[in-house]
Amino acid sequence: MNIFVIMKRTFDTEEKIAVNDEQIEEEGAEFIINPYDEYAVEEAINLREEHGGEVTVVTVGEEESEKQLRNALAMGADKAVLINTEDDLEDGDQFTTVKILEAFFEEKEVGIILAGNVAIDEASGQVGPRLAERLDIPYVTTITSINVDGKTVQIERDVEGDVEKVETYLPLLVTCQQGLNEPRYPSLPGIMKAKKKPLEELELDDLDLEEDDVEAKTKTVDIFLPPEKEAGKVLEGEVDDQVTELVALLRNEAKVL
Amino acid sequence: MDFSFSEDIELLREGVRKFVQEEVEQAAMEIEEKNEIPERIFEMTKDMGLFGLSIPEEYGGLGLDMVGKCAIYEELGKTHNGFTTLVGAHTGIGSVGIVELGTEAQKQKYLPKMATGEWIGAFALTEPSAGSNAANMKTRAEKKGDKYIINGSKHYITNGLDGHVFTVMAVTDPEKGAKGITSFIVEKDFPGFEVGAVEEKMGLRGSHSVELFFDDMEVPEENVLGEEGQGYVNALKILANGRAGLAARNLGSCEKLLEHCMDYVFEREQFGKPIFEQQVIQHKLADITMEIEALRALTYRVAWMTDQKQRVVKEAAVAKLFGSEVYNRVADAAVQIHGGIGYMKEYPIERYYRDARITTIYEGTSEIQRNIIASQLKREVKKSTKAGVK
Ligand SMILES: Cc1cc2nc3c(=O)[nH]c(=O)nc-3n(C[C@H](O)[C@H](O)[C@H](O)COP(=O)(O)OP(=O)(O)OC[C@H]3O[C@@H](n4cnc5c(N)ncnc54)[C@H](O)[C@@H]3O)c2cc1C
Ligand SMILES: Cc1cc2nc3c(=O)[nH]c(=O)nc-3n(C[C@H](O)[C@H](O)[C@H](O)COP(=O)(O)OP(=O)(O)OC[C@H]3O[C@@H](n4cnc5c(N)ncnc54)[C@H](O)[C@@H]3O)c2cc1C
Repeated sequence: MNIFVIMKRTFDTEEKIAVNDEQIEEEGAEFIINPYDEYAVEEAINLREEHGGEVTVVTVGEEESEKQLRNALAMGADKAVLINTEDDLEDGDQFTTVKILEAFFEEKEVGIILAGNVAIDEASGQVGPRLAERLDIPYVTTITSINVDGKTVQIERDVEGDVEKVETYLPLLVTCQQGLNEPRYPSLPGIMKAKKKPLEELELDDLDLEEDDVEAKTKTVDIFLPPEKEAGKVLEGEVDDQVTELVALLRNEAKVL
Repeated sequence: MDFSFSEDIELLREGVRKFVQEEVEQAAMEIEEKNEIPERIFEMTKDMGLFGLSIPEEYGGLGLDMVGKCAIYEELGKTHNGFTTLVGAHTGIGSVGIVELGTEAQKQKYLPKMATGEWIGAFALTEPSAGSNAANMKTRAEKKGDKYIINGSKHYITNGLDGHVFTVMAVTDPEKGAKGITSFIVEKDFPGFEVGAVEEKMGLRGSHSVELFFDDMEVPEENVLGEEGQGYVNALKILANGRAGLAARNLGSCEKLLEHCMDYVFEREQFGKPIFEQQVIQHKLADITMEIEALRALTYRVAWMTDQKQRVVKEAAVAKLFGSEVYNRVADAAVQIHGGIGYMKEYPIERYYRDARITTIYEGTSEIQRNIIASQLKREVKKSTKAGVK
């Protein structure tokens, strides 16, 4: 089975993030594989171990994204493809990414494509489903379990905490949710081997795309950090009064009641 | 002169750092409370390939050179030292003997399973009567046909509880003193092998040092490691090989302590400002930094010299000695900087303080390292033109 993972390099939101000039400051930020994409890589490797085939990880990004691709190779993926838009594009949006991936997959024989549920940077959750639409294959989002048997695929998906069971078929695109698996750490031998695995680099030209074909359909107007948390409020006095005050605050200030 | 690590080493070290900080560090309190390495961490350590650090690639390990090994040990030093010791003793004194001195058949038999961590390695030299004076051992090995029959005991043997493969030193010819000692590869399943009590220690929880008893233990003759009569020299070689690695582990622990201090000194306010604003605190931090930098330079120079096949007897002793004494000074300063909380178990600082204490004792005490350095100095003088030095 040809197993593909589409993945993204993103900053680590557990580290400090600074916004400068409506852009997230790259300097000093730590970069990782988008954590939801890590579930996708792990599941891809598991599927290969069970059904055979080959795992190819694909990213649309820049030169620096090679590091995250090598990480996925170190986890156990077989091949990597970097579609490098550094020289061609200033910026793009989900439309851009989907258009590029669509061109990439046009010639490919796809068994399954795994993506993250969302990327933790912009959290649009669009790329997977939109790509499936363009490729005209079924898709299932936020999956927490997958079982492939021939062409038939049994899936459990997370619906805001509830479980929905879905039956579908290959070729298929799924987006991966927390709980699907526990991504492995790349082993030390894996890290050594990753350097020698094939990593293909493509540009828009190679996919017969012009800059105009992929021009973003949306524009990011502003990016800002959430307001700093204010100090908590300590209520004082008789317990009965405190409860009354708390309820009033929850109703009028926090507006949660 | 080039002080940078190869790209390979940088990548490996980053991989180890991530695993150590995200997994082992999170389990540190559990290791401390239960006095054992959680099964989950043990299995992940196997999956990571960490047990194969020093085992050549053809036997399923990573085959890192000394600089590479030290870079990994430095990362391992940045977490619970009981865990560090499990991996350190296995990849160091527990397996280096077989790697360096083993026959092809011995390597084929033991190294692949040791590389995966299926078989844990340990090193058994010390006895109640033979500590610093290891040649004074009483454990006796007598040849009977194609077997050796070993009787005696060892104590303080790290990894002894979970160990499968032991490098054991025993007397084959009592007439010859240090030259009558031989090393053996002993498996825990050999008849007559018994693990005794687990010692209760001041620190290094999760790492178990045990007594071993050999009661007419049968060891096939093909399990002699190196040559008969060379056991004492072998033991010294194995210990010398481990010294740079121990220095690197201590370096990592010092760096972690500095990191804890740097977090604390800005967060903790007394007298209306962060304690960092006090010059005494700043100077303590400056001294810690100075010692860490010196230790780093020393450690990697010895490692590099080892990889160049240079003689490092003196330099390795210097690194072991300096590294363990720096670790103790840094741990002491870190407790002081943390004040009362530095003494409390809810915080990791006191744990490092206790764990630091063993490092000037095991794998050759500080006094013995100084003896080695002095004897090497004398040797150098004797080799130079100066006549009259005997
Ligand atoms: C936690 C732990 C783990 C250990 N792990 C192992 C292991 O895996 N395998 C193993 O074989 N051993 C192990 N050991 C043993 C360790 O190597 C010895 O404890 C160490 O070599 C010191 O020996 P000793 O305890 O008998 O002390 P002694 O040799 O009795 O020393 C007592 C004091 O006398 C000093 N002294 C002794 N001789 C001299 C001299 N000639 N000149 C100056 N000062 C001297 C020493 O430096 C020390 O200060 C371990 C010990 C501990 C505590
Ligand atoms: C086991 C134990 C028992 C105790 N028993 C008692 C008790 O019975 N009763 C009681 O009241 N207290 C007790 N204490 C508290 C103890 O007295 C304090 O921990 C101690 O005074 C240090 O205060 P701190 O822990 O807040 O550290 P901090 O004051 O936060 O000190 C942190 C570091 O900053 C340094 N520092 C702080 N201010 C300055 C400055 N101006 N200039 C230079 N350096 C500075 C300190 O020297 C230290 O190195 C106990 C503590 C422990 C650990």
